[in-house]
Amino acid sequence: MNKLKVAVALGATCAGCDVAILDLNEKILDVIEIVDFVFWPTAMDFKLDDLKALKDGEVDVGLYHGAIGTEEDEEIAKILRKKSKIVVAFGACANFGGIPSLTNMPYESKMFDVVYKESPSTSNPEGTLPQKETEIEGTKLTLPGIRKRADSLNSVIDVDYYVPGCPPMVPLIEQVVDVLRVFVEKGTLPPKGAVIAGQDTLCKECGRTKPETISYKEFVSPQEVKEIDPDLCLLSQGILCLGPATRSGCGALCTKMNVGCRGCLGPTDKVDDHGLKMISALTSLLEVEHEEEYTEEDFDKLLEKIPDPLGTFYRFTYGVSMISKLHPDKEE
Amino acid sequence: MSTSKQEQESGIKNPNPKIVLFLCRWCSGKGADLAGTSRLNYPPNVLPIMVNCTSRIDPRFIVEAFLDGADGVLVTGCHFGDCHYKTGNYKAYRRLSLVAKLLKQVGVNPKRFRLTWISATEATKFVKVTTEMVEDLKKLPPYWSNENGGDSDE
Repeated sequence: MNKLKVAVALGATCAGCDVAILDLNEKILDVIEIVDFVFWPTAMDFKLDDLKALKDGEVDVGLYHGAIGTEEDEEIAKILRKKSKIVVAFGACANFGGIPSLTNMPYESKMFDVVYKESPSTSNPEGTLPQKETEIEGTKLTLPGIRKRADSLNSVIDVDYYVPGCPPMVPLIEQVVDVLRVFVEKGTLPPKGAVIAGQDTLCKECGRTKPETISYKEFVSPQEVKEIDPDLCLLSQGILCLGPATRSGCGALCTKMNVGCRGCLGPTDKVDDHGLKMISALTSLLEVEHEEEYTEEDFDKLLEKIPDPLGTFYRFTYGVSMISKLHPDKEE
Repeated sequence: MSTSKQEQESGIKNPNPKIVLFLCRWCSGKGADLAGTSRLNYPPNVLPIMVNCTSRIDPRFIVEAFLDGADGVLVTGCHFGDCHYKTGNYKAYRRLSLVAKLLKQVGVNPKRFRLTWISATEATKFVKVTTEMVEDLKKLPPYWSNENGGDSDE
């Protein structure tokens, strides 16, 4: 049996996706059976030149994780596309821009100032900012430039399959391994553009009982609740959970542990803007049984419990969201 | 953008702002009708869209309005307790106030998005609210004219 040649490339990432692959534990042995890693800088000693040295189309499957945050990320993504027959966007950042894409906020131009000048722990009297080129004692040093936007992978290259998650959970990676095995044995692949995860929302997968009417008095953090009912829907207990708008496939890892879903698998196929849908669903349920007793000020007070709707509802999907288009970048 | 010298001096940056106006069929829509039959003047800058209830307004309608070139969005509905469907406006209030917060975070000036209640008899309030909003938006640049897009520097 021929082994699949797999390359794992990365961009603006925390490398949690690499760890997630290793999290397969003993199942990694199954992976090694069908896969030969030809490029994986986080786990083995590879340099970009190793990827460049491969023939075009020589890699069977190229996994890319992380957002496109620097010019180098973009270059690596393009090289990976050229060398690979199939490219998979792996993890929330490559799928939706993820957490790095939160830097696409309108004050992005001041991002350097905030990070390198204004933050309380910084001492930078000369106001030095990262440069693409610096000359030190006659030697020219270079750094990849920061792009104006941190973007999803499919904004720079053609992507064949998507595996969301932050990081993709073991059940999802197992699905990927199954897909690879079928590819090795039968040579068949799912349709292009398929998302390798569940097709329904998390609620369908989450084993908690959902009452007839879900209504809650206010939003609370899990640590504020004395005792969380382990079998009752978290939302009906007032714990913020993005389950109703988020794709299934993770095995309800978070909700099993009494933690509300944060939405890392992104929306389902039918929804394009994750956060707006979730805002719609959440606020409709807030005190829905007693709403007529409320005034505008009372509602304002309840909503103060969500001080940062952008960070709450777009934690992973801001880069591809509709609202991020409200301040387009002139350069594009 | 062509603004006359006089307009520049008076601080008018957008002489002709475009506002998408959502009306509910039962209260604010009737109020707007009354304004018309009473021959009250209100600015022609508003593009009215009638929905059955303010709770019909999906948050994406607001965002789409801006993306399609609106300078502002005004949502009007029944006062609390008056909703034809009993509680639609309560839901709309909760939903749209969170959307307002979100829009502010992505850099949309809060003056560009308003939610207010107008009953079927409040034709004068309808005129007042629309006029006020148009006056407010005249002082802001057109939404898509800013170099950074939107209101990011305000």
